[in-house]
Amino acid sequence: MPDSPGLELIAGELNEAHPGSVLSTYHEHGQGCLVVDPEQVLDVLGWLREAPGQEYRFLSSLHGVDYLPAEPRFGVVYELLNMPRVERLRIRAALPDPGAEALPELPSSVELFPTAEFQEREVYDFFGIVFRGHPDLRRILMPEEYVGWPQRRDFPIGGEPVIFTHNERQVPRWYE
Amino acid sequence: MTEGPSTASPHRPGLSRDRVAQTEAEVIGTSAIERTAAPDALESEQELFTINMGPHHPATHGVLRLLVSLQGEVVRDLKPIVGYVHTGIEKSCEDKSYWKVIPFVERMDYLAYFFNMEAFCGCVERLLELEIPPRANYLRVLHLELNRIHSHLVWLGTTGLELGAMSMFFYCFRDRDRILDLFEMSSGQRMHTRYFQVGGVFEDVPAGFARRVLDFCAEFRTRIDQYEALLTNNEIFLQRTKGIGIVPRQRLIDLGVTGPLLRATGEPWDLRKVDPYLAYGDFDFKVPVGTVGDGWDRYRVRMAEMRESVGIIEQAIEGLPEGPWIADDRKVVLPPRDELSTSMEALIHHFKLVTEGFRVPPGEAYYAVESPRGELGCFVLADGSAKPARVHIRDPSFVNLQALRDMSVDGYVADLIQNLAMLDPILGGIDR
Amino acid sequence: MEVRRQKLRGLAPLDQPRTPDELRVRQLRARDMLRGDLDGPELEKHVTDSLLMTQFEKVLNWGRANAVFPATFGLACCAIEMMSIVSPRYDIARFGAEAMRASPRQADLLILSGRVSIKMAPVVRRLYDQMLEPKWVIAMGACSSSAGMFANYAVVQGADKFMPVDLHVPGCPPRPEALLYGFNKLQKLILGHPDPGWRRRYNAEGTEEWARDDLIVDQPSGAALATYGRARDAARNAPPPPDAGAESDVRGVAADEVFGREQRRRR
Repeated sequence: MPDSPGLELIAGELNEAHPGSVLSTYHEHGQGCLVVDPEQVLDVLGWLREAPGQEYRFLSSLHGVDYLPAEPRFGVVYELLNMPRVERLRIRAALPDPGAEALPELPSSVELFPTAEFQEREVYDFFGIVFRGHPDLRRILMPEEYVGWPQRRDFPIGGEPVIFTHNERQVPRWYE
Repeated sequence: MTEGPSTASPHRPGLSRDRVAQTEAEVIGTSAIERTAAPDALESEQELFTINMGPHHPATHGVLRLLVSLQGEVVRDLKPIVGYVHTGIEKSCEDKSYWKVIPFVERMDYLAYFFNMEAFCGCVERLLELEIPPRANYLRVLHLELNRIHSHLVWLGTTGLELGAMSMFFYCFRDRDRILDLFEMSSGQRMHTRYFQVGGVFEDVPAGFARRVLDFCAEFRTRIDQYEALLTNNEIFLQRTKGIGIVPRQRLIDLGVTGPLLRATGEPWDLRKVDPYLAYGDFDFKVPVGTVGDGWDRYRVRMAEMRESVGIIEQAIEGLPEGPWIADDRKVVLPPRDELSTSMEALIHHFKLVTEGFRVPPGEAYYAVESPRGELGCFVLADGSAKPARVHIRDPSFVNLQALRDMSVDGYVADLIQNLAMLDPILGGIDR
Repeated sequence: MEVRRQKLRGLAPLDQPRTPDELRVRQLRARDMLRGDLDGPELEKHVTDSLLMTQFEKVLNWGRANAVFPATFGLACCAIEMMSIVSPRYDIARFGAEAMRASPRQADLLILSGRVSIKMAPVVRRLYDQMLEPKWVIAMGACSSSAGMFANYAVVQGADKFMPVDLHVPGCPPRPEALLYGFNKLQKLILGHPDPGWRRRYNAEGTEEWARDDLIVDQPSGAALATYGRARDAARNAPPPPDAGAESDVRGVAADEVFGREQRRRR
C-alpha cells in the first residue's frame, strides 16, 4: 500500500494530469484511498493503469457503498492492485443522490477492466447506480422484474417478525 | 461444412460480447438475454439453438443458469444467469452486530467457510487495529488449510462425478468426513463452525487434537497419491481435460480471475506468498503453477495445493505456540468465565459485549485472503456503532464466472461441463 | 385430576377430500385448542378420525417407502451434507434411496436443501409440479423450513409458503445423521404410520395440515372468517384466565399429561 506521503504524491500527479479529479485523500489502517469526481473516474483509472510509475492493472473489487446520511450519498469503490509491487489503492467515486426517481450515473469501466462487467451489474442491481456504456446493464442477483434497490440504506430489510406469545395476537398469520 | 471447434478460445478483443446493437442479426428468443450476435457468423441454412441449462441441473454446481447458444454441439455464446440463491447476506449484515455477522458471512462461500470468517474477522481486526495472539494465528492457519483441503476434495469428488469418474466422489467424501471430524473436534460442528472470533479463535483445541491431525496428515498423503493414480494419467481424463478451456493469462488478469485458474496459466499469484497475512510467513510451502492453463493444469494445480496444505498443517501443528487463543482486549473479547464471579469490570464487559456488542471506530478497510477459489476480499465500512454500515465480500467465484464464456465458446457442450467443473464455482459465493 | 388418554389408532391418508372451509376451520380450531381456548364437544370433534388401510395399500406403501428416488436438488450449504449422505459413511443406500434422479419426472422425493430465494421459488414450484404422484418433500435445514437466520427481502420465509412440505429437518446444516433420521421418519409416514411426535404428547392430533391438490390455500371464505372472527373476539373479550390453582379441562389435561408431577409439586 502506498504510504501516506506516497498517496499524496499520487493525488498530486493525478490532479496535474486530470485537474479536479481527486477531491480528497485519506489514509487509514495502512490503506490509502482517493476520493474522485465521478465524471472523471475513467481518466483516473486509466491514468493509474497506464502511468509508468503506477500500473495498477488489476481491479480486485468494484462495489457500491451507501453512506446515508452523509453526503455525497453513494460511493462506488474500486480496489486496485498493482501485482508486481503488491500495492493496493482504493478509489472512491463519490456520487450524490439526484433525488426522487432519478438514478445516479457514472461512466462504466468495462473497457479498462473487463472484470467490471458483473460487478457493475451488481452495483446497479443493489444501489441503482447506472453505468453509462456498460454493454448489458440489467439486474444480476435479484429477479429481473424486481422493483427497488435493496442495499440502499433506506430500503427495508424485509422478512417477517418472529411470533412469540407476547405478539402472537398482533402479527397477522397467513390465513388472515 | 461446419468446422470443428478450435481447442483454444481465441482472445476476443473489444468490449461488447453482445453486439446486438451493431448487427442486423435475427432475434431468436424474445427476451433481451436470449438474443445473441453469433448467428451472423452462420451460413443461411444454419440456425443457432439456444438451450437453457439449469438452474436445476446436476452439473451446474448449484443453481447456476446458463443460456447456451449452440451450433450443433459447439457452443457459440454463453450467458450465465445467477441470483437463484441470493440471500441478501450483505444487507442482513448491516442489521446485526459484528459478532452476529460472522455466521452470516460464513454461509456465503459454503465450502470455504473458514475463509469467509477469516476475511471478515481480519477486516474487523484491521479496523480495530487488534493483534491476535500467536496461538490463535497458528490455529487459524491450521483450520484454513484444513478447509482448503476439504474444499478441494469436494471439488475433486464432484468433478469426477461430472466427468464420469463416479468412484472419485465416494473416495473424496470419505476423506472429507475425516476432515469434518477434526472440525467437529475443535468446534463442535461439522460445517459452518463459527470458530473464528474477532480477536482470535473462539475456543482452544481439545487435548488429542494434535495427534488426530497428524494421523490425518500422515494418511492423507497416500490418499492424494491414490487419487492421482486414478486420474492423472487416465486416458479418458486426459482426453477430456487436456487442451480444453484455455484462456490466455493476460485475459484472465483482465477478467479479475485469481486462484488456481490463474496459477494454472503460470502466474505465481498466491496471496499467502505475495502478501502474507496471518502466520503464513512462518511456513515453508510452495505455490504450484501450471503451464498452459487447460483443465488438466487446473486439476494438477489443485492436487498439488492439497499436498502443500498438508505440509503447512503439519508445520502448524508441530510449531503450535502456547498461550492464549484469543486477544485479551476486554472491549472486544469476552473475559474468561471464571472471572465473571469475582471481577465487576469483567461482568460489565461481558454484559456490554453480549447485549450490544463492541463498537468499531469509523473507517473503512479491505482485507483479502487466498481462498480455494481465489482472492476473497472483505470490505467493511464502520460508522462507530456496534453494527457495520456496509459489508461487502468480493467473492472469487463471482468474478471467476466471467471467465466461463471465454473458456467455453467455440468448444463442445461436453467441454462446457468440464470447464464448469474446473472453474469450481460456488453459487453461494456468487449470489451471496 | 382425571387424565384422559386417547387410544391411538393407525393413521392413513384421508379418504374423503376436505373442503377448503372445513380445513380452515379445523386449523383455526387447532390453534385455539393449542392456546387452551377450546373445550368440551368442540374439542372432542377436533380429534382426528381413525382410518383403515387395506393390505394392498400396505404393500404399495412398503414398496414406495423402501425405494424412494430423491431428486438431485441442492440449493446451498445443505446440499453438501445431502451429498454426504450418499457417501460411504452415512450411506443412504441402506434405505434404498441412493438412486438420485436428476429429472423430476423420475423422482419421488424433493429434498429442499438450502435457502429458497425469491428468484428460485417459482423454479422450485415448477419442479415440484413436474414430479409425479406420489411425491414427498423434505425441507432440509433451517432455511427451507423457516428461512433460518435470513429474515430478509431475498429469502422466502419457509418453503411451505408456496409448496407443501412433509417433513422438516432442523439444523444448519443438519448432520447427515439428522437427515437420515428425518428420512426414516418420512419412510414411516409413507408406510402409513406417521410419527405424531409432539402432537401425541400435547394431545394435539388434528393440528396437522394435510396437503391436498384440490385445496385452494388463498383466502378463507366467509364462513371460516366468521368463525375465526367470533373466536378471536371471544378470546379478546374473555376474562383473564384463572390462576394455576383452578381446574381447567383442557389445560389441565395437557399440563397433567406432560408436566403432571411438576404442576402438582408447585401446588
